[in-house]
Amino acid sequence: MKFLPLVWAGLMRKKARTLLTLLSIIVAFLLFGMLDAVRVAFTVRDSLEGASRLVVSSKLSIIQPLPYADLAQIQRVPGVEQVAFANWFGGIYQDRKNFFANFAVSPNYLDMYPEFVLPEEQQQAFLKTRTAAIVGANLAKRYNFKVGDRIPLQATIFPHKNGDNTWTFDLVGIFRTREARDRNQEDQMIFRYDYFDEGRTFGQGTVGWYMVKVSDPGRAQEVAQTIDRLFANSADETKTQTEKQFNLDFVKQIGDIGLIVSSIMGAVFFTILLLTGNTMSQAVRERIPELAVLKTIGFSNRSVLWLVLGESLLLAAVGGSLGLLLAMAGAGALSAAFRGGAFAVGAQSWLTGLMIMTVLGVAVGLPPAWRAMRLRIVDALVER
Amino acid sequence: MDNLVSLRGVTKSYRRGKQNIEVLHGIDMDIAGGDFVALMGPSGSGKTTLLNLIGGLDGASAGSIEVAGTRIDRMDSGELARWRAANIGFVFQFYNLLPMLSAQKNVELPLLLTRLSGPDRRRNAAIALALVGLEDRAQHRPGELSGGQEQRVAIARAIVSDPKILVCDEPTGDLDRHTADEIMELLQQLNREHGKTIVMVTHDPKAAEFAHRQLHLDKGTLAGDGP
Repeated sequence: MKFLPLVWAGLMRKKARTLLTLLSIIVAFLLFGMLDAVRVAFTVRDSLEGASRLVVSSKLSIIQPLPYADLAQIQRVPGVEQVAFANWFGGIYQDRKNFFANFAVSPNYLDMYPEFVLPEEQQQAFLKTRTAAIVGANLAKRYNFKVGDRIPLQATIFPHKNGDNTWTFDLVGIFRTREARDRNQEDQMIFRYDYFDEGRTFGQGTVGWYMVKVSDPGRAQEVAQTIDRLFANSADETKTQTEKQFNLDFVKQIGDIGLIVSSIMGAVFFTILLLTGNTMSQAVRERIPELAVLKTIGFSNRSVLWLVLGESLLLAAVGGSLGLLLAMAGAGALSAAFRGGAFAVGAQSWLTGLMIMTVLGVAVGLPPAWRAMRLRIVDALVER
Repeated sequence: MDNLVSLRGVTKSYRRGKQNIEVLHGIDMDIAGGDFVALMGPSGSGKTTLLNLIGGLDGASAGSIEVAGTRIDRMDSGELARWRAANIGFVFQFYNLLPMLSAQKNVELPLLLTRLSGPDRRRNAAIALALVGLEDRAQHRPGELSGGQEQRVAIARAIVSDPKILVCDEPTGDLDRHTADEIMELLQQLNREHGKTIVMVTHDPKAAEFAHRQLHLDKGTLAGDGP
């Protein structure tokens, strides 16, 4: 610690240059933090519950409906414990910018999701009320929804039979997720399929997709193949996947987020490496006589190496930490603007960030530090 | 007086391309503890090279260098660094202070290599600055000091860890006559009152007069003692 003022003095020798270098590192880590938050938000996680769930959708496309009549056949497949179904609604709340997921579900839909927590009386109210809807806690917070509210949604796909484009739902419950990492699941609204199916102008007797709970997750693949065989060569062939694979396919429609993020960050850090490396080398070159003086008065070669390396590590650590702190604030703002709680700079991002800071600090500091370590005092002193 | 510095058959040569250039040829020299020696001679005679060898900044090509009973020619670079920190104070022509540090912090630098606590380091640095008459300039940076004041700070840095020997390379080379005399009086005071052994390279005959004796180098050979 007693050498810290010396390290700091080295950095402050050219304040403007150090500040600009620091700014470039801050921006690089801000970008890294934000992009990593996006990557994490789009990462499909494994969960115990998810491993026992299959999604049965049309082989043609996720938007192609399946007959309601398939339900009974799927229920009879060996290894199937329970079957629920859902249909995308795509309603708009007040304004087009107020987008959130909303869909009609079967009465047993919530049984498929033990990770959702809904008070018993609210579950009962959902089962008893045909116009019932429940929303996630994030969504309720965003629009200040309270149990007892009547929520109108403008139909974009399914107009109401009565000629009105507005569907009105009675909010009977607000659910939360057990795990904090699943908070982005709290941004949806679900309501009863029977109310939806009766009121829509077309498509009666069809569902969007089936959710299948298998009794043994180890046999999930086998059950999926059996279901698909069941409907092979029919008018409505199915594609059955694990929930994880289904979500992965869905995310892949946007693109390989991980690859995009890695590519951008690779380019950013390569540029930063060159810029900062050049700056550090120049800074040390200018101080060769000073480093020689330190050696003259008794600083060992290794001490001088650590002093120079300390400067680049300090610069990377300060810049990187400030960048990640800004990214935390940015991710919070992004979450508030879009889908509450979905974007966050978490511990994993910090850990990766710290590793990058260390690698950056060592990579840009080592060449000049090595040069400083190997300085011959008598040669370096005459460079004055 | 016992010899503090003893050189026997010291040669120093450099390779320049394919050429081997011998700068010092078999130097034999003794400096007693408490002595004040001025090394004089024309440019290129090997004065600074000889000073660097005595101060442990460079290694001899042949011969032995014994300082305070220790053969420094047998030390590796790490041992030499530790030895320099404990035994030698350096004063340069161009002061060589760190521009970003205050006078106080510059003087404290050698003490960073000791086990002294922060308050002790600051106290010792303040004493050294007082000794050179600059206690009121402790918080000034080198850029805010005159040449003479900078050299005084450099001398304070050289003596702060209480070394046995002060090695001075043209300490007045960048100063006017009046300031040069003040610096030489300060060095003389350190020699006389604090018992520091001083080896000084100088071109300036007036500065050399402050020394007890003058050694003349010519083409890498000691030409003899002066008055």
